[in-house]
Amino acid sequence: MTSGTGPPRLVVEGLTVRAMGSGAAIIEDVSVEVAAGEVLGVVGESGSGKTTLGLAMVGHARRGLEIASGSVRLDGTGLSSLPADELRRLRGAAMTYIPQDPSSALNPALRVGGMLKEVLTAHGRTDAEAAARVQEVLAEVGLGSRPEILSVYPHQLSGGQQQRVAIAMAFACRPRLIVLDEPTTGLDVTTQRMVLETVARMCASYGVAAVYVSHDVVVVGELSNRVAVVYSGRVVETGATADVFGAPAHPYTQGLLRAVPSPERSGRLVGMEGVPPRPGQRPPGCGFAPRCPLVIERCTVAMPELVPTGRAGQLARCVLVETGQAHTEGTLAPAVDKDLTKAAAPATTPVLQVTGLGASYGSNQVLSGIDLTVPPNSCVAIVGESGSGKTTLARCIAGLHMNWTGDVRYAGQPLPPGIRRRPKEVLRGIQYVFQNPYASLNPRRTVGGLVAQPIQTFAEGRRVRDDSEILDALRAAALSVEVVNRYPDQLSGGERQRVAIARTLAVSPRLLICDEVTSALDVSVQAAVVELLRRLQHQRGLAMIFITHNIALIRSIAQQVLVMHNGQIVESGAVADVLDHPRAEYTRQLLDDVPKFSAAMTSSGDAQ
Amino acid sequence: MTAPAPAPAVPAPAAPRIRRREWLHILTRAARTPRGMVGLGLALVVVLIAVIGPFVVSYPPLAFVTVPGSPPSAKFPLGSDILGRAVVLDGGWQLLLMATGAMIIGVVLGTAAGIAAAQLRGWRDGLIMRTVDVILAFPQLVFALLLVSILGPARWLLVLAVGISHVPQVARVMRAAALDVSERDFVKAVEITGVRQSKVMSGEILPNLITPLMVETGLRLTYSIVIITGLSFIGFGLQPPAPNWGYMINENRIILTSNPWAVVAPAILIAILTVGLNLFTDAIARVALGIERAEKIIAEAAGTGIVSEIPA
Repeated sequence: MTSGTGPPRLVVEGLTVRAMGSGAAIIEDVSVEVAAGEVLGVVGESGSGKTTLGLAMVGHARRGLEIASGSVRLDGTGLSSLPADELRRLRGAAMTYIPQDPSSALNPALRVGGMLKEVLTAHGRTDAEAAARVQEVLAEVGLGSRPEILSVYPHQLSGGQQQRVAIAMAFACRPRLIVLDEPTTGLDVTTQRMVLETVARMCASYGVAAVYVSHDVVVVGELSNRVAVVYSGRVVETGATADVFGAPAHPYTQGLLRAVPSPERSGRLVGMEGVPPRPGQRPPGCGFAPRCPLVIERCTVAMPELVPTGRAGQLARCVLVETGQAHTEGTLAPAVDKDLTKAAAPATTPVLQVTGLGASYGSNQVLSGIDLTVPPNSCVAIVGESGSGKTTLARCIAGLHMNWTGDVRYAGQPLPPGIRRRPKEVLRGIQYVFQNPYASLNPRRTVGGLVAQPIQTFAEGRRVRDDSEILDALRAAALSVEVVNRYPDQLSGGERQRVAIARTLAVSPRLLICDEVTSALDVSVQAAVVELLRRLQHQRGLAMIFITHNIALIRSIAQQVLVMHNGQIVESGAVADVLDHPRAEYTRQLLDDVPKFSAAMTSSGDAQ
Repeated sequence: MTAPAPAPAVPAPAAPRIRRREWLHILTRAARTPRGMVGLGLALVVVLIAVIGPFVVSYPPLAFVTVPGSPPSAKFPLGSDILGRAVVLDGGWQLLLMATGAMIIGVVLGTAAGIAAAQLRGWRDGLIMRTVDVILAFPQLVFALLLVSILGPARWLLVLAVGISHVPQVARVMRAAALDVSERDFVKAVEITGVRQSKVMSGEILPNLITPLMVETGLRLTYSIVIITGLSFIGFGLQPPAPNWGYMINENRIILTSNPWAVVAPAILIAILTVGLNLFTDAIARVALGIERAEKIIAEAAGTGIVSEIPA
């Protein structure tokens, strides 16, 4: 896999996509090239315009958007000037697109075999050719060993299998260009590992020009040869992956990388505050200036140009690079930090003690034999893939799930199953932060109203008149007090999750249960939220249960860890012990499956 | 601590999509759509006639002024009815008030029952919904008739009877909508703090049911008009001599050949009113659905990395 051999297959030049009504630019003046056999990673946060860019590369603009200027050429053919039926002929055959959610991308009414055949026959293959090709391509994505797969419907497949079917569909006609838009987001690490390996193998063996769009810096680092970092609709840094991620020149790239958790190093995560500016509301100068820690006056005046950083092929759009002041830091060097994973001194009574807990939905046993102890002032992480029962466990403890057996003690006192049977003091003491901040805040209430609610509930008849408690809680969650009169839909995902945290802090809980609180957030925001929780836990001496599917996160927050699989605990212990010397086979596999920078850097380093 | 100082990087507030007075916002937007404009216009014409009607005619509506069943003339533009009274289309405002009253009773009770069933679940859900099912087995007009014959023909009892006859349908719709909301995390987040069920229902679930509530309000108003005039037509509504459109249609059938206006005019008004209200309700439903869809797209996009690209 060497890059840059022969002429580039896909050439994007000065591409600008605008909203039709307002004329606001979604992406602006983007130029990238992808050669055959090369994987270009497009990285950016939500709202950076990367999906719009990915779609424009296959000549598509979403409804309400138009390609305003610039060109996209596939092997010299300009896509934007092509008539619609010509474009349709190319799509699916010469160029393909794999969307994020395979369950919605596959037709639920068609069998897998039929779907795959349809793609091939639509592009001129005979039935016999198509049937043979279907077998071949299914074998290539690792589904060939199951002959019955041809006759199953998409819903009968797991998420990973669905995504591999989507990949098979995309590769069926041997395309020249393939655009993958976050194909592994929403899959757990093990499945993600499988899909990534499939993608990498297919891209290499077909020699396609591939574009991999993702917010996940590590995945892109692992897979791509070259990378384009997109922010606020523009490419802010581009170059060989090893250069860009090994020695990032743009402060945004540096910020993205600092936010990445790792199972190997322990240390504080550094998030980036704020969100990318919305199209139409972008500042005149550098789009990143409002969030940039290194901002100088010049940044806010004019948009900097993409200029060489000094390393071959690496370009960055930053005033500091223009003036040669950029300090490229070795972000990937292990951060030397005090060991966060050190266990707290053993205390007298644990805040929470669970013994022999089993739970079921109807007759379906989902948890069995769970033992868990949360000492005061410490954080216990629960790790496992989706369906391992970790959320059910949290819901049992919080009283949301009632159908369980076993012994759960809060501060030494046994806890009854349902909320209604628990005394107020217990309800106040155990607070819960939900996974999705887009669902856990009532859209009809202001932030102030949301935070005031639990305060009032636990006020015991005392009227809450002044807002100081609300404002204190907001400040504790690192929110600006201005948000108090806003509605949730006016906040970013990170801000919403902070509001959810502020709501729990307002009543001074003893035990905070965080259920996948960062999985709906961007990596940079995730880092900021995790750091907030870690700080709060230390400052307030909270006991915390931190549930996650991302084993890489736990070193940044927890002291103890439980690894769950199929409703049982397969391993538990101090974070450092478990991650450095995993005993259970499953833990080892989880750790192996986490995408890692180090592997990426060496492999693309070899390629050079 | 080397953590970055919490930067006050508050993003510019997005265009407000949900506001405190969302129902007002939906109403005004619905009124601006062609469908809503026509519907509201039709309904307003009838309301105007009903309200102004009694004031523009100079003679008392109950006086016998001319030959029964006489055709329209310069003095009596719509002719006279079977008793020789001028056809003046009086009594419309009573119909409107009664229909509104019945609608309010039906929507309030039905919504309460629907939300309670959805939120409480278990045997209470069963009890409420099976009762609703039993009542639903009767056609609404028949059920209203049954209630009227039990309760008596007094005006407020008529309103009550029609209102109660709405409850089962409203309860079904609101339960379905409330089930969806009650499963959302923000309801769980409040329940977890031990808040009373009644407060969860009124504070968390109800405010998120504005859309079905508005549509139900419009629909039940239309149905109320139809049922009240229907009851009047068969003589179970307002008792003569109180003027009312439903009874007018019935009693003047006999003189249909000599003065068709005595029958046609009230029938047309009722038709225009119901069609107008229905159109406007439909416009409300479409606008609300559009807003909800946009909200959903935004919420979904938020988790998927496709955000803020919905053209303003």
